[in-house]
Amino acid sequence: MSVTALKTSKAFPDLSRVPAVDEVGVSERVARFQTRSIKKASKVEALKMILSMIDLTTLEGQDTPGKVRHLCQKAIHLHDALPDLPHVAAVCVYPTMVGVAKQALEGHDINIASVATAFPSGMSSLDVKLDDARMAVDAGANEIDMVISRGAFLAGEYGYVFDEITAVKEACGDAHLKVILETGELGTLDRVRRASVLAMHAGADFIKTSTGKIQPAATMQVTLVMLQAIKDYYYQTGRMVGMKPAGGISKAKLAVHYLVMLRETLGMAWMTPEWFRFGASSLANDVLMQLMKQSTGVYQSSDYFSKD
Amino acid sequence: MAAADKAKQRLAVAKTYKIYIDGKFPRTESGRYFTLEDGKGTVIANICRSSRKDFRNSVVAARKAQRAWANASAYLRGQILYRIAEMLEGRSEQFVAELVLQGNTQRHAQKEVEASIDRLIYYAGWADKYQQVFSAVNPVASSHFNFSVLEPMGVISIIAPDDSGLIGIVSNIAPAMVGGNTCVVLASEQQPLCAVSFAEVLHASDVPAGVVNILTGLRSELTEQFASHMDVNAIAFCDGSRKVAATVQDLAADNIKRVISRRRMDWLSDQTANPYLIRDTQEVKTTWHPIGT
Repeated sequence: MSVTALKTSKAFPDLSRVPAVDEVGVSERVARFQTRSIKKASKVEALKMILSMIDLTTLEGQDTPGKVRHLCQKAIHLHDALPDLPHVAAVCVYPTMVGVAKQALEGHDINIASVATAFPSGMSSLDVKLDDARMAVDAGANEIDMVISRGAFLAGEYGYVFDEITAVKEACGDAHLKVILETGELGTLDRVRRASVLAMHAGADFIKTSTGKIQPAATMQVTLVMLQAIKDYYYQTGRMVGMKPAGGISKAKLAVHYLVMLRETLGMAWMTPEWFRFGASSLANDVLMQLMKQSTGVYQSSDYFSKD
Repeated sequence: MAAADKAKQRLAVAKTYKIYIDGKFPRTESGRYFTLEDGKGTVIANICRSSRKDFRNSVVAARKAQRAWANASAYLRGQILYRIAEMLEGRSEQFVAELVLQGNTQRHAQKEVEASIDRLIYYAGWADKYQQVFSAVNPVASSHFNFSVLEPMGVISIIAPDDSGLIGIVSNIAPAMVGGNTCVVLASEQQPLCAVSFAEVLHASDVPAGVVNILTGLRSELTEQFASHMDVNAIAFCDGSRKVAATVQDLAADNIKRVISRRRMDWLSDQTANPYLIRDTQEVKTTWHPIGT
């Protein structure tokens, strides 16, 4: 295992030194984040920040070019009735839809993220995965969301997973690499922490919780564990790594709790779309409804917001 | 001391009156209460003073439940209303006692509970009939088959009459729900006890979660929220001053909510029960279907 790891330029981390996670402690800490009261002007700023951090996502077998163009239009015009809204950070689509998204987003400062590497299961050979990633980059994706081989990770083949990430990172070229751990399949927070460390040492620009296809998807607990791993990695190496919780965050209130957690774990430096993203489809509309509520004082209905 | 005397010394367990949202009985999220007193100033119960957030949560629940409830067969909706009547009949003594506790005479309370049960049966019967009565095939000059049918409006907010504890709330909920609407109801501020107990009856009668949500609280605080919420399709507004009624009309205009004003109705009288109350919360859909000549 370590022999294959040595072939790469990146140093394979000493996983025996990854600290164990105190599950009860994590849950208690998470509960504390949810007691913060964010109101009025602070709430509005938080909601706008959330919008700017969203990777507006559609990852369905039924996606059509029309649906993707629709999503891109939504990314550009979130809700024109509200002035001074930021735009979302990126749209996230399958590799075959990257070309469509690129055309639709022409002239706008919105990134195109593409899932790759046999998403969502990751069950394919390395060659196929690398081709998948290259195809997305060639079509114009500037961010690649790869999945790790959970099967290999759970079988203890950490070197394989490490090499796979470094190889995909190389195939991505200039595109940012987000590594999806699919925490819902890893089972324990200890494994989440270990997978985070592995991904970061292998060159991940972002680590991401989930594909959204497996329950549970993002939870505050796994996100906290990953944020702590990012913090320790930063102290060790001086390199900042981004974080993207994805799947299951559909309410503005929950997203605000995530921001509180981000602020109190990694600090202000990470509180930009460059270092933190939400992978979501329905979150944007809930945030828009909350912003509209703040500006009009009236509770809103989804009837008056574009479906994404 | 004899065993019988010991038994008499047992402390009574007082009931906690909570609100009813999405098929659950939470306390108000605001943690606020107001005390209900009888005529002599003795505290009867602490009543949840619901906040606008409780109302918002109720509307979310009502919206979620609405489609399935509207798609349930008329027969099933009728059966469920009938079931509510059965459950209420079985617990009528409790309702009479609560009405008396809130200042009604025994005789009046008895009459009110019986009228409420009958009212439910009445509307249960209409479940598969109002559609026939109010729908129509319309004569048109072109070669179209033209027909109009009723469809439920959606989520209805109801400000129940303040002067009755049970019959008022029953008479407003039943016609809305039998037509496939879901509702959020603000109970009488003067007599809120029966509304909460009625929620327990609903809960035991196969009424799906979210179809009826019942809040207790202050009319002055919640009326504007009931009128303004963009995801509410109609408001049934009972009594209240002309000034408040004007405000309701004004706020409801934002999303063209239908305003149903029910003033000074004698709910105990059978005259106030009729299928037009069902039609109040229905939308007419007219279809033009091309036909060959």
